[in-house]
Amino acid sequence: MVLPGNPGRAFLLSPLDWNAVAAATALHAHPDRNFRYWLLTPAIFLLLLVGLFPLFYSLVVSFMRIDMMDTDTSFAGLYNYANLFSDMRLWAALGHTLLITAIALPIELLLGLAMAYLFLDRMPGRQIFISLLVLPTIISPIVAGATWRLLFDNRFGPINQVLGWFAGHPVTALWTLNPKLVYPAIIFCEIWQWTPFMFLILLAALSNVDKSQTEAASIDGAGFFRTFRRIVLPAIWPVMAIAILIRGLDLVRIFDIIWALTAGGPGTMTETISVYTYSQGFKQFETSYTAAIAFLVIVILTVVVTWAIRRMGLAK
Amino acid sequence: MKSLPFHRRKDVRLAFRYLIACLLVVIFVFPVYWLFIISFKTPDEIFAFPPVWYPKSIQFSNYFVLFKDGDAKTVLNSLILASVSTFFAMILGTMAAYSLVRFKTGGENLAVWIISQRMMPPVAIVFPVFLLYVFFGWVDTFFGLILLYTAFNLPYVIWMMRGYIEDIPLELEESALVDGCSRWEVLWKVVMPMARSGLFATAVFTFVFAWNEFLFALVLTRTEVTTYTVQVTHYFGGQSNFWAKIAAMSVLGTIPVFIAVATMQRYLVRGISMGAVKG
Repeated sequence: MVLPGNPGRAFLLSPLDWNAVAAATALHAHPDRNFRYWLLTPAIFLLLLVGLFPLFYSLVVSFMRIDMMDTDTSFAGLYNYANLFSDMRLWAALGHTLLITAIALPIELLLGLAMAYLFLDRMPGRQIFISLLVLPTIISPIVAGATWRLLFDNRFGPINQVLGWFAGHPVTALWTLNPKLVYPAIIFCEIWQWTPFMFLILLAALSNVDKSQTEAASIDGAGFFRTFRRIVLPAIWPVMAIAILIRGLDLVRIFDIIWALTAGGPGTMTETISVYTYSQGFKQFETSYTAAIAFLVIVILTVVVTWAIRRMGLAK
Repeated sequence: MKSLPFHRRKDVRLAFRYLIACLLVVIFVFPVYWLFIISFKTPDEIFAFPPVWYPKSIQFSNYFVLFKDGDAKTVLNSLILASVSTFFAMILGTMAAYSLVRFKTGGENLAVWIISQRMMPPVAIVFPVFLLYVFFGWVDTFFGLILLYTAFNLPYVIWMMRGYIEDIPLELEESALVDGCSRWEVLWKVVMPMARSGLFATAVFTFVFAWNEFLFALVLTRTEVTTYTVQVTHYFGGQSNFWAKIAAMSVLGTIPVFIAVATMQRYLVRGISMGAVKG
């Protein structure tokens, strides 16, 4: 592809593209030489303001000792970072986050895949089914949490009622308060809201798989699972990997659904890393310590995401 | 099964698929149904034991209360915040995307840096942003939240529009330049109209992200620009929840998104997969 462009400083950042240079020289005399930078300036400025500035601020503050009582801005070294290691509530919160992710993500993926297979072949009314199934995903997560709070109500919610029909006696489970039931409650809600997301993406990916290949495989006597592993999975993997990445990142940051369903309770039993960081910042006003937690989270996420991108073969 | 002739076996299979499909629809749609139905119930019906599965009559008093108390204004706030920030994010994002695609500004590195901004956990920056906003006096102002939501949506818009702009044939732009258009004119008069469908599709998702946002709205609003997501959580109580209000407010906040997404169904997959699936 021939690209008109100013060959200027791009040399430093990208390999020399002779096509672009040839095309660009023709346009070089044009007055709007800095046009490309003008286009980018406002966007970059905004990203730096709300993205990079807070990070830089956090980094500086994380080496001080600012909290509700004290505004000691002298250099405190690694004081806050050292505290991270003995903060059991923090590690518990990381554990909760990991637990929810490790259970919800595979279920969403497998259920979404199964649903995608169910709707892969044409059938009358297929589009209506798909439209209805996608509803949960476009609802605000906070509303999803609120809805399930109503559904899970021990007395006036329909879930206990339906369970009662099967059990043969009234069920009064306290879904959002009973330590044994809160995680299933959160994970149900999470799966309900986001399985359709996986379903929709995987359905699109499956539809793009070359039919003649799968048919040839089944004629050769390959079973469903063998065909899936050898032909379908490699074909849908690039899309599937991105879906896993998007959902994985969202799950690690999970906040809204927890806030609406349990607010981290009972006690701190369902406190995820986002909920914990929020409460340190806005309930305890541990400014410096919150900054240190934020950095820990960013470092962990960066490492995991970089590893995941490599591992999934998404990097070019 | 074996004794059935081929076409009969196909019928059984289809019937089985329909059965599962209906079951799935019941499971996935029921919570939405329950939310809507509670919003139409009378207090007696809401707090009936055992629960009432459909109200005797549809009545709107739960909604009237929201409008009378002024709580419904929070939906308007959300509407203003989401649409204005979408507007700015689309313009600034498309400009940036055009620069990235046509001039390869910053190469692949800049594009990757921009998308990596979206992976940032919001909770890691919410506290410094809060302090920044206190410092500038932007807390609880439309300006502050619009600025924030515009910035949050930029990586997504740039990423998506990059894909759409790449699809536009270069010859059109070249001939416009030859005809004496300036660079700006080419962008506004050739590129923007050509990328129209991509612009609309991206805008819908940008709108929905801003609409659903909760954490920053919770932290940065007080009374003036409270969004509907924050308002819903105001009705949560320790023991007694304002059920009718939760439901009615949720429905008010859900309908605009349903409408927005329904009009853009065609682009749904490309939008939510961040361009991984070209639709």
